[in-house]
Amino acid sequence: MRALASLALIFGGISLVAIGGANTAVPAMQLAVVDQDHFMSAAEFTRLFALAQAAPGPNLLVVTLCGWWVAGVAGALVATLAFLLPACCLAYAAGRVWTRFRDARWRRVVQDGLVPVSAGLMLAAAAVIVGGAVTGWRGLVVAGVVLAASLGVKRHPLWWLAGSAVAGLAGFY
Amino acid sequence: MRLWGTGVGCNAGKAVWVDRVTAEKPTVARVFWAFFRAGIAGFGGVLPMARHELVVRQGWLTAAEFSDLFALCQFLPGANVANLSVIYGARVAGVAGAVAGIVGLTAAPVAAVLGLAVLYGRYGALPPVRHLVAGLSDGAAGLILATALRIAWPLRASAWGVVVAAAVCLAVGVLRLPFLACVAVFAPVSVALAWRGAA
Repeated sequence: MRALASLALIFGGISLVAIGGANTAVPAMQLAVVDQDHFMSAAEFTRLFALAQAAPGPNLLVVTLCGWWVAGVAGALVATLAFLLPACCLAYAAGRVWTRFRDARWRRVVQDGLVPVSAGLMLAAAAVIVGGAVTGWRGLVVAGVVLAASLGVKRHPLWWLAGSAVAGLAGFY
Repeated sequence: MRLWGTGVGCNAGKAVWVDRVTAEKPTVARVFWAFFRAGIAGFGGVLPMARHELVVRQGWLTAAEFSDLFALCQFLPGANVANLSVIYGARVAGVAGAVAGIVGLTAAPVAAVLGLAVLYGRYGALPPVRHLVAGLSDGAAGLILATALRIAWPLRASAWGVVVAAAVCLAVGVLRLPFLACVAVFAPVSVALAWRGAA
């Protein structure tokens, strides 16, 4: 019960500061579930993030998996709902008044001003995930190849994920 | 203006062929199924699939209307596509439409990822699975780094943008300072800088 309550608090709080998409909140999630509540290790968080990427659906599935790790299916549902509810309520309200502020100058300025913040948060998310995943030269090579391939070749990201999973498997044999 | 039931959508004055003719007005059930299909079809980002459903397949929105809707979703916190499903659903049928949109979008992916989680929980300790997931993690790390660089790259034209992004990355990603405090400090500063630049 306490675990469910803390999941609700963690992800409910993060919901409204995920500026520019769910992945910008990855550093906040990791800080909360790894460093503050010690629910899992940094490596485990990164593995859950990777599993979420391998499933279809919106980016927020890492939230579902964090909840599952902490408290099973109930935890998964609580974390997902907590993450969705505040932002969705805000979206519902904003959608109703959007036409009133769509063309306002402050809207443009606020939106422009938030772009560097969300870019910085995405870079931080990448730093957190890379830090949790890449140990040793093999991981560095796989991550580097995927990075270069993804930037250089237009292909569905699932191909690169599948390739890296096969590379990991090959490293075992 | 657009007509349901035509094979041609109107996009900035140009006729665009759509891959499926629909004569159906959006209802709660149809909003649910449209976002359901977008959710299960989208790997690594559902947004293109949601656009395909609403603009191309169903013809409920024009390309311009979708872009306007998406601008609002980017403006709001949280998962962009989740916000989109709520706002579009609400436009169609109020609270019921909003719930249909978000539940349609998330139900199947949440179930799928939980299925994956159960498999991982059961077999994750086996050495081959461990190696597979380790490789997957390295790949996911490379992918998110690529996404972050792609988002950050257009900022290079503005000096203050680069400084803010670097400071946020340092504070949140490297120094691991409290996230809420960082956003509370950097967001207003960044907006103020944008305001100065726009003035």
